[in-house]
Amino acid sequence: MPQRLPRNPFASSTTSAVIIPPTDKPAVRRPSTSKGNRLSQFFTSSPKSKEQQTAQAALLSAVAAQQQHLLNNPSPQISAPSLSLPTISLSTAKGGEANMDEPPTTLFQPPSVAEAKRQARVDAQFGPLGSQSHRYVSKHTGGQLVEPVMDEPPYYYLLTTYISYLVLIIFGHVRDFFGKRFRPERYRHLKAANGYAALNSDFDNFYVRRLKLRIDDCFARPITGVPGRYVTLMDRKTDDFNEHYQFTGTYTETLNMSSYNYLGFAQSEGPCADAVEETIKKYGISASSPRADAGTSDLCLEVEDRIAKFIGKPAAMVFSMGFSTNATSFPALVGKGSLIISDELNHASIRIGARLSGAMITSFKHNDMHDLEKKLREVISQGQPRTHRPWKKILVVVEGLYSMEGTMCDLPGILLLKKKYKYNLFVDEAHSIGALGPRGRGVCDYFGIDPAEIDILMGTLTKSFGANGGYVCAEKHIIDKLRSTNAATLYGESPTPPVLTQILSALKIIDGELKPGQGEERLQRIAFNSRYLRLGLKRLGFIVYGHDDSPIIPIMLYNPAKMPAFSHEMLRRKISVVIVGYPATPLISSRARFCVSAAHNKDDMDRLLSACDEIGNVLQLKFSTGVAGGADHLPDGVTPEMEDDWRKANGLQGVVKAPRWPLREVIANGVQDVKQPLR
Amino acid sequence: MEFQDAQKFVVESFNELTNKFHQVPGSEILIRYIQSSYQNDPVRSAIELILVIFFIRYLLAPSYATHTGNFVTLTEEEIDDLVDEWTPEPLVAPQTSFEKEEEQKLPVIVGPSGPRSKLSNGKTVINLASYNFYNFVGNEQVKEKAIQTLRTYGVGPCGPPQFYGTQDVHMKTEADIASCLATEGCIVYAQAFSTISSVIPAFCKRGDIIVADRAVNYAIRKGLQICRSTIRYYEHNDMEDLERVLQKVVKDQAKKPLTRRFIVTEGLFETIGDCVDLPKLVELKLRYKFRLMLDETWSFGVLGRTGRGLTEAQNVDASQIDMLVGSLAGPLCAGGGFCAGSADVVSHQRISAASYTYSAALPAMLATTASETLNMLQATPDILVSCRENIKAMRAQLDPRSDWVRCTSAVDNPVMFLVLKPDVVNSRRLSTEEQERVLQECTLANGVLITRLKSMPVAPGSNGKDEAWKLQPALKVCITTGLSKKEIEKAGITIRHAITKVLTRKTSSKLSLPGV
Repeated sequence: MPQRLPRNPFASSTTSAVIIPPTDKPAVRRPSTSKGNRLSQFFTSSPKSKEQQTAQAALLSAVAAQQQHLLNNPSPQISAPSLSLPTISLSTAKGGEANMDEPPTTLFQPPSVAEAKRQARVDAQFGPLGSQSHRYVSKHTGGQLVEPVMDEPPYYYLLTTYISYLVLIIFGHVRDFFGKRFRPERYRHLKAANGYAALNSDFDNFYVRRLKLRIDDCFARPITGVPGRYVTLMDRKTDDFNEHYQFTGTYTETLNMSSYNYLGFAQSEGPCADAVEETIKKYGISASSPRADAGTSDLCLEVEDRIAKFIGKPAAMVFSMGFSTNATSFPALVGKGSLIISDELNHASIRIGARLSGAMITSFKHNDMHDLEKKLREVISQGQPRTHRPWKKILVVVEGLYSMEGTMCDLPGILLLKKKYKYNLFVDEAHSIGALGPRGRGVCDYFGIDPAEIDILMGTLTKSFGANGGYVCAEKHIIDKLRSTNAATLYGESPTPPVLTQILSALKIIDGELKPGQGEERLQRIAFNSRYLRLGLKRLGFIVYGHDDSPIIPIMLYNPAKMPAFSHEMLRRKISVVIVGYPATPLISSRARFCVSAAHNKDDMDRLLSACDEIGNVLQLKFSTGVAGGADHLPDGVTPEMEDDWRKANGLQGVVKAPRWPLREVIANGVQDVKQPLR
Repeated sequence: MEFQDAQKFVVESFNELTNKFHQVPGSEILIRYIQSSYQNDPVRSAIELILVIFFIRYLLAPSYATHTGNFVTLTEEEIDDLVDEWTPEPLVAPQTSFEKEEEQKLPVIVGPSGPRSKLSNGKTVINLASYNFYNFVGNEQVKEKAIQTLRTYGVGPCGPPQFYGTQDVHMKTEADIASCLATEGCIVYAQAFSTISSVIPAFCKRGDIIVADRAVNYAIRKGLQICRSTIRYYEHNDMEDLERVLQKVVKDQAKKPLTRRFIVTEGLFETIGDCVDLPKLVELKLRYKFRLMLDETWSFGVLGRTGRGLTEAQNVDASQIDMLVGSLAGPLCAGGGFCAGSADVVSHQRISAASYTYSAALPAMLATTASETLNMLQATPDILVSCRENIKAMRAQLDPRSDWVRCTSAVDNPVMFLVLKPDVVNSRRLSTEEQERVLQECTLANGVLITRLKSMPVAPGSNGKDEAWKLQPALKVCITTGLSKKEIEKAGITIRHAITKVLTRKTSSKLSLPGV
């Protein structure tokens, strides 16, 4: 979108970041050279994007002047507060440490230009913590897991959503009708030709051609550099409505609300990267053999041992890809005569693994324990179809944290049923490992449940640990058997040494073995950020899905046209978000999804909230009714326990006020309110 | 009294409702209309009303039977009993003795995996078990490049390619492979093993026809299984049989609507090591209008003058192959897989190939490493020449000289498959398991580490009868340029002697077994 560039408040920085010409062969470049970009972030901490846009010219000159000033005469006032705060031990790697440990004299010894640049680079990957109060321990408060209330928008929005899709579909068919007659060359791949059937079916392709293509520029935006706190997008434009893109050669540094970088381990500096560098020097890049042949190294075993200890299971095995961990685990566990009962919202990899296994598959309503029990009673009493023989095994498969909904599985409820119905339980912790629990051990840790109660704990190493691959944890005899029956172990490539080292050092940091205190800080920061952002969005009036402590925060957009609008508006404010629509979600509930990270700090959350506030007003996204949270404070002297009585006394029973807090109030009250149960 | 109250309430509310109804404008017209159209017959109106209610109920009912015919209705108590009675099997079967043995013997490499690797028992062995054909693992230039990438991109991309996981390095690797093969486009997957399993179902749907070689590898089999297409097999590498199958398909389908048809085979077979006759295959596919999916996992980076794979070796234009799948993890010593083809083929996969869409992208450093090693092969094809010389040297020590084994691999394949000669198997009546056991004993002898072809895992609950293709147990010897020709020859002699030793010893032990 070329028109976006002039509005860019830091236009000077994007032009200075031109490294490669806009050719189709992107050369490797280092973000470190884009110093303007890094510096510019110093001025983005306060959420003033609206003012910035209106007073764009003034700001531009101010930025330029300040940058020049900083370069010529770096002064302590301008340097990032992180450098002078004794609390920031986290984001500074080796080099910065010496600086940090010194007494407050550092305040009066401003960092050199090179040092400031380096620090800016580090901060762009992992933001400095603003205050020690911006931490929270992710833990279940006890009692039954309450399902989040699903708020609904006024019918007007549902109706317009359906009409929008109808219009899109009619337009699509009209365009197809004329297109096929007047521009047949564009439909060649959908028609049989020369005796070959069409490669794609016309019908299947309709959605892609006529709906997705319209908003295609919101997906697969290429990036460069580390997807940390900020992510650098490669600007591209299109002349033919998203059919093809050309790179403009410029880059935009955006706040990264899209990567699964939960604990902020996507870093090219710091202890993890240093350890990985050592490993590359020692081990090389590849193990160049499957695990079962000669791909098992001492490093593999060490990582497996470490993961097993971390999860709290006797044994573990690692794989080079999270997707295939699921795809190959199910065929190794169950087969003909077994039954898989899967949550209806389970990830595609689970579905594919289940289908490959040859077992019967049935599903239950998302997180609905009554439906699960009903299903269990039916299948156990009926046995296998036709023969009525009892099932050999029943494997219930759930995810710890659902990536599109932001909900957690009701683990206590599932375990209660497990005692009664004796099924085996497989929990996919792809998103929850590292992101949940006081010690980052995932859903078990969050609910305070002994991992021994779950048969198989699977997870990915891509998300929280900034590495790649997946793991499976179970009893030792199960893992031993899986080693000789899991196809990915026998034929798939083994995880590479650098990836293994990244996992190992990330785990060491979480455990506090490396850089004590840092792991804990990361865990508490993501918990704080998640709750802070969720509460803020609810108070602003958005419909937010998911549980309070989940770092995945989807907000509802409904109308299909609001998806690209939201994404573009966010990009204009230099925030990258993920939008999701049909078919990944039900037709009407298109949404934008924020993935919170420990690399973010409160300033980033405030910046996002302010952007959401503006965009929410423009796009009419604030339609929550108040049933799902965001309520006003109780008056002084009324505690949450007294709320019911107070409501009765004031005749406020059943009165729900739609939350539309002003942004100022949201930010002012956020920090102390997230420490209480969210309301 | 209560009953009367209730009755009174019902009558009153009924009256009230009628009054309300009469107050609605136009209600008189409606009543008159219904009365006249049903000729003042209340019975007839009631029947029609019932019909309407039935119709609504029918519309709201699920369109399929929720239970099959033999659903047994049980009381809650009976269900409770059945639930109490039900005892599931253990989640996994116990390990077999062979699996246990194998696990104990699994080599654990301490430190880097190179031509000479240190094992966990302290011994340093000659490693002919890794796919480190050109010794890229120890290459300093490759390492340097990887460290540069690490310092720019970190390790993981933290997201799927469609959601900000596509990095410029991925696009560069894709462009490098595409330009190397001279195809329109290329798509890079995060794991080689799951690439083909995902490419097949991205294109093949229910009703499509796939003709596949009987000996295809496990990943292809899983892809075939999940795509729900009709599968026909032809005898391994038998082009005449392939033609027969193709003719049959064309004949059978002549009167049916045209569906997509594919031939799926491998360049170098993962389980046998031999090579497909590509010109003939392309000729057949063009003649019978099939599309060709070629799995070059083991031939890309291996065959051809500059390692571009089977297409270069047999002088076939790579654009003739509709989907060319290869690995960046094996010979190129990086990670991930790719599928090269036309622009349509590639863009279709970006949204419909499961392991691309639903998986995180490839770590940046593996992508740059793949580009780097690919360029090295292009720039210095001498590496391939010296590898082939080593292959020749090893082959000379094994294939004609050994009385017990023969090599089934193609001449240029650096993975040499050694199978027991048919007369050895026949004369001793060795079952597949016995052959595996025999070969397992040869894998580490006198400081030379080789490996064994692993049999395909049998699904739990299956009786193993449905597997039409039985792998022949084989030893795998992987050649590397990290060793000199002399060392390779020496290792070859060691392997040959080890096989002889095991087989001569095995004879006596087998004969001493009771009942044999």
